[in-house]
Amino acid sequence: MKQGFFHDFRNIDKTTVLIFVVMLFIGWLNIYAAGYKESHNSIFDISQNYGKQFVWILIAFVLGFTVMLTDVKFFIAFAYPIFITIMLLLISVLLFGTEINSSKSWFQIGGFNIQPSEFAKFATALALGKFISSIKSKTITFQNRIKAFSLIFIPFAMILLQNDAGTALVFSAFVFMLYREGYISGLLLSFAVTAAFLFILTLVMNEFIIIAILSIIAIIAAYVLRNKRKEIFLVLGLFIIMSAYVYSVDYAFEKFLQPHQKNRIEVLIDSKIDPLGAGYNLNQSKIAIGSGGLWGKGFLKGTQTKFDFVPEQSTDFIFCTIGEEWGWAGSFVIISLYLFLLIRIVIIAEKQRALFSRIFGYCLAGMLFFHFAINIGMTIGLVPVIGIPLPFFSYGGSSLLAFTVMIFVFLKLDAKRLDLL
Amino acid sequence: MLNQQNVNAFNYRKRIIIAIFLIIAVIYLGRLFQIQVLDHSYKASASSNITRHITNYPARGLIYDRNKELIVYNEPYYDLMVVPGQIKNIDTTEFCSYLGIDNKTFKARVLKAREFAVHLPSVFEKQIPNEEYAILKEKLYKFPGFFVQPRTLRRYSKPMAAHIFGYVAEVGPEITKNDPYYKPRDYIGISGIEKSYEEVLRGQKGVNIILVDAMGRDMGSFQKGKYDESAVSGTDIFLTLDAKLQEYGEKLMQNKRGSIVAIEPSTGEILALITSPSYDPNLLVGRSRASHFRDLQNDTLRPLFNRALMAQYPPGSAFKIVNTLIGMQEGIVTTNSRYSCPGFYRSGNITVQCRNHPSPVDQISSIQYSCNTASSIIFRNTLDNSKFTSMQQAFNNWRNHVLSFGFGRIFNNDLPYELPGLVVSSEYYDRIYGTRGWRSLTIISLGIGQGELGTTPLQLANLAATVANKGYFYTPHIVKAIENIDSINPKFTQKHTTSVDSIHFATMTNAMWQVTLGGTARFARIEGIEIAGKTGTVQNPHGENHSVFIAFAPVENPKIAISVVVENAGYGSTWAAPIASLMIEQYLTGEIKRSWYEKRILDAYFLKPYPEVKQ
Repeated sequence: MKQGFFHDFRNIDKTTVLIFVVMLFIGWLNIYAAGYKESHNSIFDISQNYGKQFVWILIAFVLGFTVMLTDVKFFIAFAYPIFITIMLLLISVLLFGTEINSSKSWFQIGGFNIQPSEFAKFATALALGKFISSIKSKTITFQNRIKAFSLIFIPFAMILLQNDAGTALVFSAFVFMLYREGYISGLLLSFAVTAAFLFILTLVMNEFIIIAILSIIAIIAAYVLRNKRKEIFLVLGLFIIMSAYVYSVDYAFEKFLQPHQKNRIEVLIDSKIDPLGAGYNLNQSKIAIGSGGLWGKGFLKGTQTKFDFVPEQSTDFIFCTIGEEWGWAGSFVIISLYLFLLIRIVIIAEKQRALFSRIFGYCLAGMLFFHFAINIGMTIGLVPVIGIPLPFFSYGGSSLLAFTVMIFVFLKLDAKRLDLL
Repeated sequence: MLNQQNVNAFNYRKRIIIAIFLIIAVIYLGRLFQIQVLDHSYKASASSNITRHITNYPARGLIYDRNKELIVYNEPYYDLMVVPGQIKNIDTTEFCSYLGIDNKTFKARVLKAREFAVHLPSVFEKQIPNEEYAILKEKLYKFPGFFVQPRTLRRYSKPMAAHIFGYVAEVGPEITKNDPYYKPRDYIGISGIEKSYEEVLRGQKGVNIILVDAMGRDMGSFQKGKYDESAVSGTDIFLTLDAKLQEYGEKLMQNKRGSIVAIEPSTGEILALITSPSYDPNLLVGRSRASHFRDLQNDTLRPLFNRALMAQYPPGSAFKIVNTLIGMQEGIVTTNSRYSCPGFYRSGNITVQCRNHPSPVDQISSIQYSCNTASSIIFRNTLDNSKFTSMQQAFNNWRNHVLSFGFGRIFNNDLPYELPGLVVSSEYYDRIYGTRGWRSLTIISLGIGQGELGTTPLQLANLAATVANKGYFYTPHIVKAIENIDSINPKFTQKHTTSVDSIHFATMTNAMWQVTLGGTARFARIEGIEIAGKTGTVQNPHGENHSVFIAFAPVENPKIAISVVVENAGYGSTWAAPIASLMIEQYLTGEIKRSWYEKRILDAYFLKPYPEVKQ
């Protein structure tokens, strides 16, 4: 059932492409605003981040186009070889890579830096799609579950070895796909949410207060359920488990986290602890965004963008520029664009007849969401400072190209959905 | 491949996933609404700019004399700053007692600072000297909202050379408006070498960038001091001045009005530049600078007037050197010239008086005895030379010779506020007498250095240096070397040659030597030092004659050329010549052996009530 290339271009989801292009353009303008220098005032100035980003955007377009021209079966057929190649790259970057910001995860080529771990997300999505869609049995065996988790754990561990915890954490974004495909239960998901909630609560509050609160809740629940013996034991059991968890989190936090990781979490609680370290970023970031007001200060008018108030302004903290110069209105537009894109991807994924395509779509949506939630969350002080970019907005080629490839592979899969089973 | 069961079983989960996306987006938008729209503290933080730039003020460059003696240095002072928004529960009375101000002043100052900015520092008390600060320092912790900023101010090791050093003050609004380097509270050199070498001396300001919170409180240095710059002290300067000679000269000029300028002929380096009356440069430093300045300005003795560079006296007989040299160059004065002097020179209805001296005089003795008759004849013959077709041509020829000695214009050296003196042009006489209405006799007073002639003491010293060099001079200048800068301004090493041949200068040197051996300045002789000099007694409308003497010594290989002007003191031979003699003795031998001679000068008092002088 071969059809011409133009058929695919006609069938491509134009809404997604439009959002993609709009996001890149807005992102580029904000990188310009973030790094704006009077002496280099051309947005195409290749010596500056914004000029380089323009090159990356051009490369992204070419790459997207190339993906559309590629036979979609290539990605399915070569899912494992691609995965293995990228895994080898992850090993070699550990050996031969360059260390930037204490993460040994970069290859330096010319004036540009390439981060293989960004492409590991794509490779893992392919491999997971290939593996899960190839399972013949109707029920999910424990063995297969372990295999699927291993596909995620291998790149996760290697990126963690590169001391790039932020990128490694992105691999937890596969939970959305795993949940959708039934590999994890709703109970597990709620457990995870509760655990995360308690984790942050532990760091914010004294553990005794939390346990006191938990006790009160347990007593009330026990009173409500006083006639149901079985449930009372369940409540009691949960109470004990949660209390133990709170204690162990506190202990682990003090004992196992590296100072800078600990710091990043601590400052989330009180940004005054280290106003010049991680807390400094957060403080400055909140000030920059907060000073934007409802309508923002206007393009290139952000005062906090000057003088590097917010370090890594054009990369991880690009949302500060948006918040400062475009205000809440601008933030609303950006968040809406993201939400729209995420829902669009989920809707398209659900339209797929091929399981591979749907899995791939949910992987993409999960990772985009994770980046979005963590990145913006950290700039507004809701999430610890984790150095991951805001896709399509942050300066940087690796993340942009990786997500471009994923989006266009997904759109290509979608264009071909009638041919794929 | 399609797993129908799975699709059906978990289909609902897409809604949960979309719900999670939605919930997070809504939470984020809510949070953003809170920090961007509801909470105004972030806007306040941003507007107070979050960082505060604290200027690190550099110490100005040190100034040494030619013998590397430190003469101008810096002393720490402290500006007490206040951030009105941070003043909290302080004992005002106690605070005021440390500063010696009353509660009313305190309130007024805080109010003024508050009007400027509540959360920004402004000056509460300027330039607190070290001793006062030492007391305050111990107690400052009790007064939140106050902190000190160290500054440095000038100190002078000897109360001398005020006019050379000039002074430093805070920049005015005109400068801060036009020059982006200067910000309010910066110091700038206002006069003297502080002005002319401002860019060398001022150093480089640094900055400490500190992080402040929304309330303007210090939260430590920004980016761990990554953007901080420490101040770079100004570059040190070595003057050509000889501090001992300068100090001695000022002592000799006490209770006198006038000036001494000493130059090293072989380099043009100014060894001493004395203006009297003067003032202690330490007066124009610190908190009382303005009031002292006002006092000096109102002083009828006009101590701020830099006579060495700005007083324009007729040179009197000292100018006979120039006229005679021009005569020699023009072939008017030769070895065979003889002038008989009956005690006056008379032509038509004009008479120039002379004094009693052996007659006739030749080219040497006319200088030796300062014969007015000979000078008048020489001057007239120079102008009435038949080679000239007009009076204007003749005059301009003479004038160009005069100008080549450095008269009539400023040297444009490294001392600001120099005046050019006066050598009028032929047009001046044309205007007064008409083109054909004047002749050599009309302007005969120029022949004896009177009339429409103005020379500064610096120009007279340069004349002495020019004769010492036998016909050329280097621009007199005050700075010998600047640390880290290899060569001094090349224009100071450029030879300026006069229009008179050097052979005539040899004759003139001999004549000037005779002046001290057995001429008008016999009194200036020093045992063992051969001095060539020329007296001048300058008539002026302000009373007693000005006493003028220019000299250089030793005659062979001169080391010092000097001019001395003592206003309204009388004959050049009685006051100016002995002062020059003492200066030469001091410079060449390092000591004064003739104490009675010195005492006579030190005891002399010429500060009589002074009528308004035109500058």
